[in-house]
Amino acid sequence: MLPILQIGPLALQAPGLAILFSLWLGLTAAEKFAPRRGIHPETLANLVLVALFSGLVGARLAFAAQNSAAYLASPLSLLSPNASALDAFSGIAAALIIGIIYAQRKNLPLWPTLDALTPLFATLAIGIALANAASGAAYGMETDLPWGISLFEAKRHPTQLYHFGLTVLTLLWLAVKSKDSTLLPGSLFWQLVALISASILLVESLRADSPLLPGGFRALQIVAWLALALALWVLRPKSN
Amino acid sequence: MKISQPLYKNALSLLILALGLGLIWLSRAPTGLAQQQAAVQTGFSAPNFSLETLTGQTIELQSLRGQVVLVNLWASWCPPCRAEMPAFQRAYSDYRDQGFAILAVNSTVQDDLAAAQQFVTEHTLTFPILLDREGTVTSLYQVRALPLSVFIGRDGKIREIIPGGPMDEALLRARIEKLLTEMP
Repeated sequence: MLPILQIGPLALQAPGLAILFSLWLGLTAAEKFAPRRGIHPETLANLVLVALFSGLVGARLAFAAQNSAAYLASPLSLLSPNASALDAFSGIAAALIIGIIYAQRKNLPLWPTLDALTPLFATLAIGIALANAASGAAYGMETDLPWGISLFEAKRHPTQLYHFGLTVLTLLWLAVKSKDSTLLPGSLFWQLVALISASILLVESLRADSPLLPGGFRALQIVAWLALALALWVLRPKSN
Repeated sequence: MKISQPLYKNALSLLILALGLGLIWLSRAPTGLAQQQAAVQTGFSAPNFSLETLTGQTIELQSLRGQVVLVNLWASWCPPCRAEMPAFQRAYSDYRDQGFAILAVNSTVQDDLAAAQQFVTEHTLTFPILLDREGTVTSLYQVRALPLSVFIGRDGKIREIIPGGPMDEALLRARIEKLLTEMP
């Protein structure tokens, strides 16, 4: 765990840095890859920035709406940099909705655009794994395996590192596959969905802090299985 | 009989999905994943400590079980620590009767006691100011930067850890109100 990075007098939050760095790296890679999918790199970058900004604003407004009395008493808190004062689901929904609207206005074709964004999505998944490793979130169940790590008073599966390794392999697979000029539009995106979903399905089974559904089913495993099923169905080979 | 490529790949996909369902079934946690140990992480029991206050009292964290507690580690030389204290005082005044407590742990091992005392007097802080003279709580809570705020529920489990600051007042009140509405 390394929640804080001390650089001289500066104390930087490592999880946030990991996400920001992965966003920057992923967007840079996506811009380089975009022309191969017929997408203008600047338009793609603008799409991402518009979606990100909308997501942040949406997340903050949703959190404020859920705690309206507190924000009415202290309206300047709307501008606070506290990352805890964000509603993640609302932020993602806002980013998706505004992103789709922006893409439609710019006449961006759906599947080539999603293909062009796969480097960003894959790198972001790596950033999330690193952020979890830094903060200690998504920690593993106890184990006696020799590669178990000492965390929170027990020897545990290094689930954040499992996730990191699988997402790096996903990125490498996509890097190889992206050179295939015969790939149909959307194919790269759905391969990303399949691989990330499969890795979540595996790693979640070893997590000690999974969100649970009734019956003890791990919520993220269910979502990952459904996403994997959809991706495999879309990618299915069709008989001649 | 030769199996066609598409048929083979579709069968493989179905096998993967079936294995996935099996994994979901096997990795259920019907009795939950509650953590019994004490550790500085959300979901764990807050590590207990006992410290002397500025007024000479001794307060133990565990004695506040049943209340919502905010443990805040701070120092008088830390600008964000100083900036958020007035908001903490206002929240303490508004919510203490509903079962909310603040333990402001001054990291005295790396602070000047007189400066800390002066700061408390200047801002008329009425919640307990605990003195971590030996640095035991600073070390126990793995403080790498100040301030550090730890929200603890009525069951003694950590609900959220917020490193850095200053924490804005709306977030502070939102977190307190959410925890106060939780069933004891």
